[in-house]
Amino acid sequence: MSVPLSAYLVFALLLFCIGLYGALTKRNTVIVLICIELMLNAVNVNLVAFSKYGVNPGITGQLFSLFTITVAAAEVAVGLAILIALYRNRKTIHIDEVDTMKR
Amino acid sequence: MSGQYLAFFVLALIALGGGIFMLNLNKVVHMVVALVFTFVSIAGIYVLLSAEFVAAVQVLIYSGAITIIMLFGIMLTRHQDDGQSTGSPLRKALALLGTVAFGAVMYIGIRTLDFGTEAVGLHENNTEQIGIALYSKYVIPFELTSVLLLVALIGAVILAKKDDKEEGE
Repeated sequence: MSVPLSAYLVFALLLFCIGLYGALTKRNTVIVLICIELMLNAVNVNLVAFSKYGVNPGITGQLFSLFTITVAAAEVAVGLAILIALYRNRKTIHIDEVDTMKR
Repeated sequence: MSGQYLAFFVLALIALGGGIFMLNLNKVVHMVVALVFTFVSIAGIYVLLSAEFVAAVQVLIYSGAITIIMLFGIMLTRHQDDGQSTGSPLRKALALLGTVAFGAVMYIGIRTLDFGTEAVGLHENNTEQIGIALYSKYVIPFELTSVLLLVALIGAVILAKKDDKEEGE
């Protein structure tokens, strides 16, 4: 008897909730970015779990998770570039001080 | 097979512990190091799910590249008070409430989900299977991914480079 599908899904759900809470409450933009990475990782766990225990098990879920990892890497590169441009212009990386569009 | 259960519980415990430490630590570098534990444990979970190639990619990209690029981002910006003093406690409580509500609703949905199917042979020649599927059925998304990576590379360079005109003024 192997580990059931729901155990993997609950594990991914807990990871996603940790990432969501961190992304909503942290003040440092680097940490917010890395929390988003954690949420994407939870989605990848779901994809790989469904590729083994889903309705139509096969290799496709693993391929989808590879594509997600690629897009996440591109996203983190662009996000960090935006962060450095922001730091150069505003001298802050605190997410509550970036409120030009609210004023 | 109790060995699989044991491995799953140990890996899940390390991963969730890394996440909890990330939420509660004070220094930004410590948070990133706590998340490395999470990423490596998720690679172990992938091995349990017979996805060895994805596990190797996870170790290379997440615990290698993304962690290093985050550490560069921390190095290049200044952290005087390390940002633990977040906004009002009301906002924090609301975020916690929303997250817990979301988690509870999703948990009710997936608690007993089981399709009763299990893939066989995913672990045999895993990389070969992925390569065959990638170059036959999914070749167009694969090529589009290369375009996306090129766009991200050029965009990141343009965004992060110094603006010479403003520098001269």
